[in-house]
Amino acid sequence: MNPTYLRYELIRSVRNKRAFIFSLIFPLVLFYVVAGANRHIKLDDIPFPTYYLAGMASFGTMVAMTSVGARIAAERQAGWNRQLRLTPLSTRAYMRAKVLTGYLTALVTLILLFIAGATLGVHLTTTNVLRMTELVLLGLIPFAALGILMGHLFTPDSIGPFIGGGVSLLALLGGAYGPIGGTHGALHVISQVTPTYWLVQAGHTLAGGQTWSMQGWVTVGAWAVVLAALAARAFRRDTARV
Amino acid sequence: MTTATELRTYTAGIRLQSLSKSYGPVLAVDGIDLTIAPGETVALLGPNGAGKSTTIDMILGLAKPDTGAVQVFGMTPSEAIAQGAIGAMLQTGQLLRDLSVRELIAMMASLYPNPMGVDEVLSVTGIEDIADRRTQKLSGGQTQRVRSAIALVSNPDLLILDEPTVAMDVEVRREFWTSMREFASRGKTVVFATHYLEEADAYADRIVLMARGRIVADGPATEIKATVGLRTIKATLPNVPVETLTQLEGVQTAELRGEAVVLHCTNSDAAIRAVLRDFPTASDIEIAGAGLEEAFLLLTGDEKSEELS
Repeated sequence: MNPTYLRYELIRSVRNKRAFIFSLIFPLVLFYVVAGANRHIKLDDIPFPTYYLAGMASFGTMVAMTSVGARIAAERQAGWNRQLRLTPLSTRAYMRAKVLTGYLTALVTLILLFIAGATLGVHLTTTNVLRMTELVLLGLIPFAALGILMGHLFTPDSIGPFIGGGVSLLALLGGAYGPIGGTHGALHVISQVTPTYWLVQAGHTLAGGQTWSMQGWVTVGAWAVVLAALAARAFRRDTARV
Repeated sequence: MTTATELRTYTAGIRLQSLSKSYGPVLAVDGIDLTIAPGETVALLGPNGAGKSTTIDMILGLAKPDTGAVQVFGMTPSEAIAQGAIGAMLQTGQLLRDLSVRELIAMMASLYPNPMGVDEVLSVTGIEDIADRRTQKLSGGQTQRVRSAIALVSNPDLLILDEPTVAMDVEVRREFWTSMREFASRGKTVVFATHYLEEADAYADRIVLMARGRIVADGPATEIKATVGLRTIKATLPNVPVETLTQLEGVQTAELRGEAVVLHCTNSDAAIRAVLRDFPTASDIEIAGAGLEEAFLLLTGDEKSEELS
């Protein structure tokens, strides 16, 4: 990977205010406001700030990854993909740089939330922080594929509502805003089918929770495979048409 | 790192062999053969829909020919692109946002094996004054000039410009051509598409005239200009045989349309004097510079010319 190229991609994502606010500032502020006010409450035996840190981490990192799609869509509409085809940069390398940018933004979101969490007394150890980070990064693979897929299917105008609405819905269903559906029943089953649920569960490892169950690995793996296949198809179709 | 003035030497330039491309039922390029030597500046001149952009897309490897082959410096287009040998300014396209002009050019330069220095590109294209401005805050003309800088940043040996001046005003257009000329003078091969005869004449050594997907004329700029720089005289003038009209001074061909006559003239000044002298009853006279379309159709002897005009 060409470091100069990647550096400018990162600079661009920092300067893109909307994505920056939604993936970094918004979860951070929400965390302080909501978790700060309820810092002594426990949910499912987990201290509320820990619970909420997991939720905001999944929301912010999801936005960071799906924003990649918005940028691909915008650059396609601007004709920039055609311009890049006149350079030695392969389309694959272009996608890699985009996904890497999404991941780095997600990582910054996580780090900021860990710092914020520490100030609100979330129990952080090297082990549980690393375990959560690892699971979150793995849990984001389906969202990286989703970003690339959306970037090829949507226009810059139509992708905004999809990211805003779709990500919020996934976050809600996955329990990022708070527990949903209890531990039984249809809603709980639906919740567990979303990739977001497992991102949130990744966060719960902070409270001494275990790594994903087999169901978690299978669910995240299945989403990753299906979305990656769809993304690859959209990408191939797009380059063939020129 | 090589300097920008250093040239790779090529024996072959661009070679297009019986190249065809259809989009659905539309035959955009219809079996063209064209050879361009290294160092030539060639204009692809033709009206909209002549097949210029499709030809350019095939030279760049952005479109795949249905039949025929493209070679650029003896390589396939993608090999030439991988070496940074081709720079191109496409007809449409915006810039990547959230970067300054300088940053965008540095970003693009990082993709090539032997790029020009960023400052040199800024200077050649005359955009030093906007180097620190964000790309989304540029005017249309400034955007075009930054796009031309992106085309030059790889220090290409072949520069392709697809109707580059369409969005430029007169002054920006002149500055643009000055910088392109400077670049061409380094021994570079330049191919540009245009539908302005004046532009082709002023900046190309050679003009390749295209109409309906074919090459209808190919030669030195002066020669082509004389061929297509025709004017037409239209007048109401009943009962005059065509043969009489074609013999008038300055008239190349004549046709009758009911009571009206249409004279295609190589010298419309001489022709109008002759018409008024010999036929004082001529009325409703119009003199017009033949549009390229009309000139081409005349040149190709196309029977459908009346439907189109």
